[in-house]
Order: sequence, then C-alpha cells, then structure tokens
Amino acid sequence: MLTNETTVSRTTEIEKYAHIFEERPEFRYIVDMIKPGSRVLDLGCGEGHLLKILQLQKRARVQGIELSDQAIQECVAKGLFVYHGDLDEGLADFNDQSVDYVILTSTIQVLHRPDFLILEAARVGRECIISIPNFAYWKNRFQLMLLGQMPKTKTLPYEWYDTPNIHLTTIRDFIRFCRERGLEILEKVYLVTERRPCKRVRCCPNLLADYAIFRLKQSSG
Amino acid sequence: MSSVIEPGSVGIVETKYFTFAEPPNELQLESGKKLGPITLAYEMYGEMNEDKSNCILILHALSGDAHVAGRHHPDDRKPGWWDSMVGPGKAFDTTKYCVICSNVIGGCKGSTGPSSIDPATGKPYGLRFPIVTIADMVNAQKHLIDYLGIKQLLCVVGGSMGGMQVLQWAVSYPEMVRLAIPIATTARLSAQAIAFNAVGRHAIMADPNFAGGDYYGKQIPSAGLRIARMIGHITYLSDKSMHRKFGRGLQDKTAPSYDFGTEFQVESYLNYQGDEFVKRFDANSYLYITKAMDYFDLSQPSGDLKKELSRVKAAFLVISFSSDWLFPSYMSKEIVTALRRNNVDVTYTEIQSDYGHDAFLLETDTLTNLIVNFLEYADQRDNGF
Repeated sequence: MLTNETTVSRTTEIEKYAHIFEERPEFRYIVDMIKPGSRVLDLGCGEGHLLKILQLQKRARVQGIELSDQAIQECVAKGLFVYHGDLDEGLADFNDQSVDYVILTSTIQVLHRPDFLILEAARVGRECIISIPNFAYWKNRFQLMLLGQMPKTKTLPYEWYDTPNIHLTTIRDFIRFCRERGLEILEKVYLVTERRPCKRVRCCPNLLADYAIFRLKQSSG
Repeated sequence: MSSVIEPGSVGIVETKYFTFAEPPNELQLESGKKLGPITLAYEMYGEMNEDKSNCILILHALSGDAHVAGRHHPDDRKPGWWDSMVGPGKAFDTTKYCVICSNVIGGCKGSTGPSSIDPATGKPYGLRFPIVTIADMVNAQKHLIDYLGIKQLLCVVGGSMGGMQVLQWAVSYPEMVRLAIPIATTARLSAQAIAFNAVGRHAIMADPNFAGGDYYGKQIPSAGLRIARMIGHITYLSDKSMHRKFGRGLQDKTAPSYDFGTEFQVESYLNYQGDEFVKRFDANSYLYITKAMDYFDLSQPSGDLKKELSRVKAAFLVISFSSDWLFPSYMSKEIVTALRRNNVDVTYTEIQSDYGHDAFLLETDTLTNLIVNFLEYADQRDNGF
C-alpha cells in the first residue's frame, strides 16, 4: 500500500537518477517502451541504472544479470536483484516467455555469440529491447574510407586493440538478421546520441544515426 | 590486559542456555530416533523492537559456536568468531538489529551433544548419541526462536555449514524467514567434500585412544582429531592463499635439516591449527557434525531441487567465492537457479577472492557492503518499492 510519504520518497528517488538520462539519453526511449508493472530482465545490467529507473518510474519487477562483481555491489546498493552470470553461457535458468521484456543495451556487440543470445532473449522475453551502436554511421564510414583508419567516435571511443566491441553491427545488418531468424521488429528508434540534445533520425538512419533501439519478438508461427 | 572495549564491539557478552524437549516430549529426529532433553547454547546482542521484527539469526559452521561477537571476559585473547561483522555500525548492526547466534545440537560448545550426559545412563552419550542432521539442528533452533517469542526472523545468515542451515530454515519454516543469506555453501555435499569428512573421521576412529567414543575422563583421541583438523584446514584455504602465506618458506631455519621434523612453514601452521583445535573441540562432535553435513541434500526426497525449494518465501542473497574449491561457485549457482525457477527474488554474486572457502570469514568489507544494502532493502520492500 502506498502512502503519501512513500510517494514523496519515490519522487525524490526518481530525481536522484535523473542525471542518468544525460549520460545515456537512449534510456529515455527504452523507458517509454516498457508497460507499467512489467517483469523486466536486463542482460549486462551494469550498475543497474536502467533497472532502477524502471523500478521507480514503471513499478516494474526487475532483475539483472551482470558479470562484474563490483557492478553487482552497486546494484545491491540500489536494492536490485541481480545475478552474477556470463551471458555467453545463455539463459538456461529461464523458462520460455517468462518475463515481459528482456533488455540488451549496447551489449550484444561485446558477446562471443550475439546471435545465440539474441535468440535466447527472444525465447525468454515476450518482447526484447535491443540497442546497438550503428557501425554504418557516416562518421565511421568517413574515418574508414577517407582516412583509412579504424573508426573512433563518441559512441565507439576505443582503440582497435583495447575495444570490447568484437561483434559490431549496422542497422541494415541487424534488420536482416531479425528477418532471417524469425524475429519480428515491433518498433525502431534511430538516434544521434553523440550530440545534446539527443535527437531522433527519420531519414537515412543507417547513414545518419549513431545508435538504434529495436523492440522485437519471436514471430508467431 | 585491557578492559577498554574497542569501538564497534558488542562488548562483554555471555552465553545463555535454553533447555527443552524434556521427556516425554523429546525432539523427533530425521533418523526416526528421539532426543531429549536438549539444551541449546545461544548468545543475543542488541535490542528486540516492539514486534520483534528486527531479529537476525546467525548460524555457525562446523567448528563454530554461539559466541559470534564480543568477548566473554575483558582479557579474552580473541573476540567471537564473526566479530568483524557483528556489532554497532557493522554489517549486522546491533544498534538496529537483535542478533542471535545459536550453537548446534551434536556440538560441544554448551549444546546437547555426544559429550553431554545421557540421562538414561548418567554417563556421556559417546557414540550412543543419535545421528543428527542439518534439519534436526534447524528444528532445535526453531524451539529456541519460538521460546524467544519471535514470529518471523528478519534474516537468517551463515557460511559453510551455517549456510546449509540457512537453506534448511527457508525450506522448513518458510513463513518465518524474510531474508536469507547463504554464504559459501551448497544444497548438497559433493562426493569430494564427503570424502574429506570421511578421512577426518577415520583419523579420529583409528586413534587408539578413541575407545569406541568412550574416552571421556581418559586420554582423548587427540592425534586423530588433530589430523582431521589439519585435513579440514587444507580444504578451507586455496592454492594461491597457501602459496602467498607460506610459499616454500622454512620454519625457524634457513637451511633444510633433512629429517621428519617440522620443516616448512605450512607444516608448522597445520600443527598449530591442529593443536589449538584439540584444546577446544570434542572428537565425537567432529564425527557427528561432519556426518550431518554428509547427509545434507536439500534436493531430497524428490531429487528435484527446484521442487524442494518451491515453498520458499524469503528473498535471497547468495554469495560464493571464486577460489572456494570445497563449495565451488557452481554449487551456489545451482541453488540460485532452483530459486529463480520458483520466482524467488534472489541476488547472486561470486566475490573475487584468493582466500578459498575461509573467505566468508575474511572478506569483511565486500560482505559488509553487500549485506548492509541487502538488509536495508528489506525496509524498502515494505514501503511499496
């Protein structure tokens, strides 16, 4: 039962995490996709910022999987339930369609088998929200084609030798993957996140968006 | 000698005793036998709140006791076994919570065990003491908690065999446990762990002084118990922690003496641990408690751990340590998987540590951080979060 007091403390809690939207503007679009009261599983949840926001704003029942025990301590400090696990091992612990949303934010490109985990996510979640940095963004193309060097941008800030991103993809490749693997895309959000304010891209997204969010599910039948 | 109690200490504490199961109301044991009367030794620190909803039950490991924190006398050499975690401002903050630690039946630290007097004969039980299980230990503790008037424990926590009792509590009395923190533990003992226990028991029973367990008042089987403890100690450490602590260092000498004396530092350490243990622990209790661990298998009777955990109501914080090879992380993951398939709220973390199984007594800062926040969350959950 909610009292006035807890409503007030919830509002102050929400304000406490508002700065996250500055650092991760794409979170706002993801939060908007989630129906209130849902069960949400965040794969590679890090310090649990997105989960905490979903718990506070959407009253979602949230849980996360994370590899770093340091990050898990931060999650516990936020009162979140998280599980120490390696995503490359899949989601064998989870039953089919057992949560409303499985979320993968900027995560699939660091996995050894992103194809395997995306299908696992679609098996466990009634819907999946997957966000990716778009490697076909014009700045990346420019650096590779005209300068002849590995792209380095705000969204992909690493050197070639220290990047955790071993399976980068493009908007075009991701959409093709979904079509080939029987995944139905329900919603697409294309963004330029490297500038503030973060803006949606309507035209030529594979060239002009540095970031994409897809809401998808297993195709019926 | 100093009578000044250091900050963060619960101070001078005393062990209390609770006796129940007087005949004809003996405690029914899992084996089918009955035991009574039973005395449990326990310690209690901090104030219970009005509705007794702030009580935390700490459960100890194989060689532990009810003396979890503080000192019995100002000049005690060492405080209780988990003093780093229990006290004002510590993980189990005695200014907020009422902390209870109960000794197990079968033990030798003030609770009824094989060294207690059998009322039927007027002599110590010895091996006539019935085999007790982890579930029996928990059933006995339930009597204590009822006696203290506690309807629901805020938290039940313990490492190693203490963690087994935590799991058993959450299964046997689901309505009485709000939060459960099993640390460095398992839902069932592995063949490897049973094997180590068996070797320890063989060492004790092969000691000529063992005399079928009736050694009280005579020479005790100290050589056997000493070996059992040495074996145990090896399993509590890790390759890395032993290497770091001792390496190949020689004990009190610079050159090898080419004989069978205590040559290496690690030998000296094990000797010391063995000697200390013999002074404070009963060999028969070692037999009974290791046996209780061997029998522990929470997946029984169905063989399906998920099914056996289906009645659990508590929220869980499960913790393992990366270098623990006695109860490796996969055993904790097995618990977590079964809990999660039952839609139990569970956080699991494997703490990176080189201390091996003993890490649960040593990784104080990390454990404190996790546990303080986890306990805090219990309050939040009631506020509608």
